[in-house]
Amino acid sequence: MPDLNGRTIEAGAFKSVGFIGGIYSNYLALGKALELLKGRVDTVVALGDFGAFGPHPDRTLEILREREIAAIRGNYEEALAAGADDCRCGYTNPRDNEFAQLSYDYTKAKTSREHVEWMGSLPAHIRLSIAGKRILLCHGSPRRVNEFLWESATPEPFIKKMLDDHETDLIVCTHTGLHWSRFIAPGRGVVNVGALGRPANDGTPRVWTAVIEEKEGAPAVRFLPVEYDFERLAREMESEKLPPEFIETIRTGWWTTCLEMLPAKERAAGKF
Amino acid sequence: MEASAELINTEQRYPFSPLFALDTLWLQVAGTLCNLRCTHCFISCSPTNHSHEMMSLEDVRRYLDEARQMGVKEYYFTGGEPFMNKDLFAMIELALKQGPVSILTNGLLITSKTAARLKSLSDASDYSLELRVSLDGYDAETHDAVRGLGTFEKTLKGVLNLAAAGLNPVITAVEVNDDLGARQGREKFLACLKSIGLTKPRLKILPTLRLGAEINRTRAYESWESLRGRELTKDESLALQCSSCRIATSNGVYVCPLLIDSPQARLGETLQDSLRPFELKHQACFTCHATGFSCRT
Repeated sequence: MPDLNGRTIEAGAFKSVGFIGGIYSNYLALGKALELLKGRVDTVVALGDFGAFGPHPDRTLEILREREIAAIRGNYEEALAAGADDCRCGYTNPRDNEFAQLSYDYTKAKTSREHVEWMGSLPAHIRLSIAGKRILLCHGSPRRVNEFLWESATPEPFIKKMLDDHETDLIVCTHTGLHWSRFIAPGRGVVNVGALGRPANDGTPRVWTAVIEEKEGAPAVRFLPVEYDFERLAREMESEKLPPEFIETIRTGWWTTCLEMLPAKERAAGKF
Repeated sequence: MEASAELINTEQRYPFSPLFALDTLWLQVAGTLCNLRCTHCFISCSPTNHSHEMMSLEDVRRYLDEARQMGVKEYYFTGGEPFMNKDLFAMIELALKQGPVSILTNGLLITSKTAARLKSLSDASDYSLELRVSLDGYDAETHDAVRGLGTFEKTLKGVLNLAAAGLNPVITAVEVNDDLGARQGREKFLACLKSIGLTKPRLKILPTLRLGAEINRTRAYESWESLRGRELTKDESLALQCSSCRIATSNGVYVCPLLIDSPQARLGETLQDSLRPFELKHQACFTCHATGFSCRT
């Protein structure tokens, strides 16, 4: 097996699986997404980045743990479990990093110790199968927890190499906050499940979850919009004195921060 | 005596940078030929510098074919001035079939017609086409001092042509004055870009490199600015661009865009030839390590 740099869990075969991308403390959207997926899928897996951006990080962690949602760790969980000083999000722009730091300091201060210990126990990857195809779940990419896989910058030859290198048919990831998929053959490709934590930079406050299930003999993806009480979340963020820029995003659906990583096509699609 | 000899050897050893994966392929499409003669150019490009000639469409096709087999993630076209290569549009079209492309330009040759052609190439691809335009300051005085009289206005015109065509370039500024990298300088720069009509300004700031023409403008590297005797952790190695890039030129494949003037940095004729670890002997390697800088956007 290739070196995946972290513990991998083998989870077996499923007919359908629901995926939760970056939650960023949006516990209200998490509740709604789990309602939406209930009875629709065999199991649900959360792909890391439970904290950041939103308010009261423990509320998200309580839901995940009470309902025993299967989870892998993201860069946030790695950073918190290691007691790191920053989120290791992988931004390169100074303004992006300033906002990321505000989020991380808030989240670190408000996450209870017991939850942080649980984060340290999470695997880095899960392998499972649907319709006989091997599926590898990771946070950023199979090789790096904070690698950004954007739709317009993740080309087919690169996908083919990643699938070969990691002995899998399908890679399922999050980290960028935008959902997309690219298949190079039926059941072979990359699915980025997007995020529950903030809208998809499309001018609407809805957020996204994804289901992968068998269709015509191969795993196929369906992205599901999640409507939730974003106004309540925005008010809670205000009382927690989180940055107005973040609250604007929750209300309007347009990203206002952490934009500089976006490739040209994704940047052009947003307002800022 | 033996012990001290060993000590000296240790001190003179340089760390190696292994290639973890070939993610980024640079193509020196314009060689060292440029329509400007900037005083900070790390490879001293000019209208008469033929150290590296323009690449032909066939050269580029050969490297792209090899890169596709190897699963390369992204492509960067540079020079010199890429828009001086008559086959540039065909090269872009070819590369955009297999991945995202960034073009590094001084913007002087970007007419509104050129910008419109670029936009249609971008629209025809699933992958992003990035234009990175060099603007070394937010006023003509700073910019023209290194790039030549009148070039600030001409570059701005190119930038505005791109914006009018619906392409949003990344403005790249070399930190020729100390204030650019600081928060205030950065914000001033962004405000300037907004004021000329870029609604979503994108800005990348690069450090100067004590190479090429820059040696005469400021200074060369000093002897202590070197990675001699240093050991790098895996994370430090991964942070170096050479752990995931190579650059193809008309003279073969080199380790990175900064070192195409250095014979020691030429690794072979093909990409396959060039995959071995690179000994970080060059003083520019010190800049990449110390500043965390990458030529990537």
